[in-house]
Amino acid sequence: MSEQEIDLKKRRFLTGATSVVGAVGVGFVLVPFLSSWMPSARAKAAGAPVDVDITKLEEGQLVRVLWRKKPIWIFKRDKTALDNLLVQDNNLVDPSNSENQQPVYAKNAYRSINPEVAVIIGICTHLGCSPTYRPEVGATDLGGDTWKGGFYCPCHGSKFDLSGRVFKGAPAPINLAIPPYHYVSDSLIRIGIDPKAS
Amino acid sequence: MKKLLNTTLSAMTAMIISFNANAAGSNVHLESANTDITDEASLQRGAKSFMNFCSGCHSIELIRYNRIAKDLNISEADMAKNLMFNADKVGSKVFSSIPADDAKLWFGTTPPDLSLTARAKGTDWIYSYLKGFYTDESRPYGVNNHVLKNASMPDALWQLKQDKSEKEFEQDVRDITNFLDYVSEPVKLIRYDIGIKVIGFLFILFILSYLLKKEYWKDVKYGKWRAKD
Amino acid sequence: MDNNKNWIDQRFPLTKVWNEHLAEYYTPRNFNFWYFFGSLAILMLVIQILTGVFLTMHYKPDAALAFASVEYIMRDVDWGWLIRYIHSTGASAFFVVIYLHMYRGLLYGSYKAPRELIWILGMVLYIALMAEAFMGYVLPWGQMSYWGAKVIINLFGSFPVVGDIIVEFILGDYAVGDPTLNRFFSLHVIALPLILVILVFLHIVALHTVGSNNPDGVEIKKNKDKNGIPKDGIPFHPYYSVKDIMGVVVFLMIFSSIVFFAPALNGYFLEAPNFVEANPLKTPDHIAPLWYLTPFYSVLRAIPPMFGSQLPGVLAMFAALLILIALPWLDRSKVKSIRYRSWPYKVALTIFVITFIVLGWLGMQAVTPLYSLMAQIFTALYFAFFILMPWFTSIGKTKPVPERTTEH
Repeated sequence: MSEQEIDLKKRRFLTGATSVVGAVGVGFVLVPFLSSWMPSARAKAAGAPVDVDITKLEEGQLVRVLWRKKPIWIFKRDKTALDNLLVQDNNLVDPSNSENQQPVYAKNAYRSINPEVAVIIGICTHLGCSPTYRPEVGATDLGGDTWKGGFYCPCHGSKFDLSGRVFKGAPAPINLAIPPYHYVSDSLIRIGIDPKAS
Repeated sequence: MKKLLNTTLSAMTAMIISFNANAAGSNVHLESANTDITDEASLQRGAKSFMNFCSGCHSIELIRYNRIAKDLNISEADMAKNLMFNADKVGSKVFSSIPADDAKLWFGTTPPDLSLTARAKGTDWIYSYLKGFYTDESRPYGVNNHVLKNASMPDALWQLKQDKSEKEFEQDVRDITNFLDYVSEPVKLIRYDIGIKVIGFLFILFILSYLLKKEYWKDVKYGKWRAKD
Repeated sequence: MDNNKNWIDQRFPLTKVWNEHLAEYYTPRNFNFWYFFGSLAILMLVIQILTGVFLTMHYKPDAALAFASVEYIMRDVDWGWLIRYIHSTGASAFFVVIYLHMYRGLLYGSYKAPRELIWILGMVLYIALMAEAFMGYVLPWGQMSYWGAKVIINLFGSFPVVGDIIVEFILGDYAVGDPTLNRFFSLHVIALPLILVILVFLHIVALHTVGSNNPDGVEIKKNKDKNGIPKDGIPFHPYYSVKDIMGVVVFLMIFSSIVFFAPALNGYFLEAPNFVEANPLKTPDHIAPLWYLTPFYSVLRAIPPMFGSQLPGVLAMFAALLILIALPWLDRSKVKSIRYRSWPYKVALTIFVITFIVLGWLGMQAVTPLYSLMAQIFTALYFAFFILMPWFTSIGKTKPVPERTTEH
């Protein structure tokens, strides 16, 4: 056999085939290494859904629970507060919830499943501080008569209404996020799972 | 030279097969547990027995309820309803019912966690130990054990032994042993299957790399790098 | 493309390095099976570093947390079990590869002039690798980790006068404890890998300076054609690169079968007592180092205490290790390869291989009078191989070494 008989086409094909299969192999090898960075079973167990009993929640009262290391507010709004939510539209950045900051079942005027009970992730959408609960109507330090109750972020002064929608003129760009949640019973809220998945 | 290589390799293989590095130091005769980790029904029965008869005192705290549920095809709802006696979240680890301090008071020693017992002592040991209780009035609980002399544990399975036929009882013990084998290494359920796929893939890669090598080495055999004078 | 290459070449000798070490690095054409293990050793180093980096992300070097963190990796981290099994199997596989690589050196006289320095660097690598493996084995903080560490570190206590201070210095405590674990972790993940990588680099630089030996023990650089290319040489790339790729794939098949089907390998790669957390109050029934250290452990146990001191055994163990370095000067034979050596060397090498394996096996067994006697006999044989080497390599009739490599 002489040099001319060496089939370069075959050689190129085999080089290509081996490289492709080898690259697929490297791809397979990457899977376990990259997967090991995902939340582990321990992190998932720690981030499991949290149950909140609202039997004793009074109007105007707010409770905080931790879910996935984030503060979650659960608070009850009275009739006046709910009515106020419907009339503040002009001052809000996104009154109709067009940004994807809530599950579909909370994409309504009150941003909640049950209008009275709000469930909101208490993290400011500006830089991640947790705003303070300021339900008192007409608080002088927050604009007096125009303040209908809501949340005030002490870090950079962002203001939100009682459904977590951000007011214009605040550094926070969008409304506060609503976590997935559902009612296990009338008085028990499970935070972390959508209604359908339960 | 090949001969030397062959004798060396076969001598090494013989050594690995004939001597078990784990076995040293134990003189008690152990019965073969004969468990089958691929037998899902056995694992499910074993899980149930463990939770009923063992988890009162022994934890298996290196595993979580939802992992067991997923691996043994038990629904999380069933798990929570029928098998979770010591926790309220399916993501919890499997702890025992009694606090360690109380246990120490009652048994003189804390009942050990059993997560890794099957790896540390082997399935035959667990199987023989659980079957190995016999009446001995001199002991606090009236029983002693063939495998572990003066064990401080009462015969937790005595009721099973009494109510069932010997064969059924052996199967119960085998199921618990099988379950503990699974608990000691949950990935045992999947690693064989993955291994076959990996080796299959490597075999394809081997054929390609062999052909590639042969193709290039034509240069060395007949081509531009053939032997020169 | 060419422009980019020029741009780099003006700033970094990329093409030069590529040519000098791969495309125009001429390697003997007659490499056989035994020449796969050099590239496989590099593969193992890469695998160990890669898996080690990912294990370090989840492992906790704390005596209270270490054991559980390893099981956390085995159970809670996605695919953590695979990364851990690759690393634990990799440790043993690394030594399998290294032992076969060293045996190749003995077969074909690869340590002989002008390759003494490659051999010495290799031996330093081997010793560093043993330290690396030993410290790595302490990290899971099981019973074998703990008691193995205790026994090995206590060896240093046998040195007169300073022994106790040395032991406390290594431990950072009065027994193996958290400080010991923490410093071993640091050495295992940073210091020793760094040293290993540098030594491997030097090992290869030295090799590429003199060129590879081969199964005929012929110096291919002695016969060059008019272009200055060795007549029996072929470029490393692509010929040996494709051949090594094939070797790597075969090796990975064997390696994977252990990782997936028998990661503990019946107690040889992962010892059963190490699945019990370290307990300073209870020694396991039987303790032995992992298989790759046992030949030297046997030598240690073979020498009885003298003058109430374990020191002679300890010195013998270190001597058994260090005497390997002297090999290039103990071997007086004119020929390198076993193919052309006289029969006394062939006999001696066969006995030596058997001796090493038997010592390794004995090191795993509990001591009995018979095994002690055997350990003493084989320890004597081990040292005899080196001490008698100047004699048996200079007697007997060697076969004539060909001018050129032979094809098989």
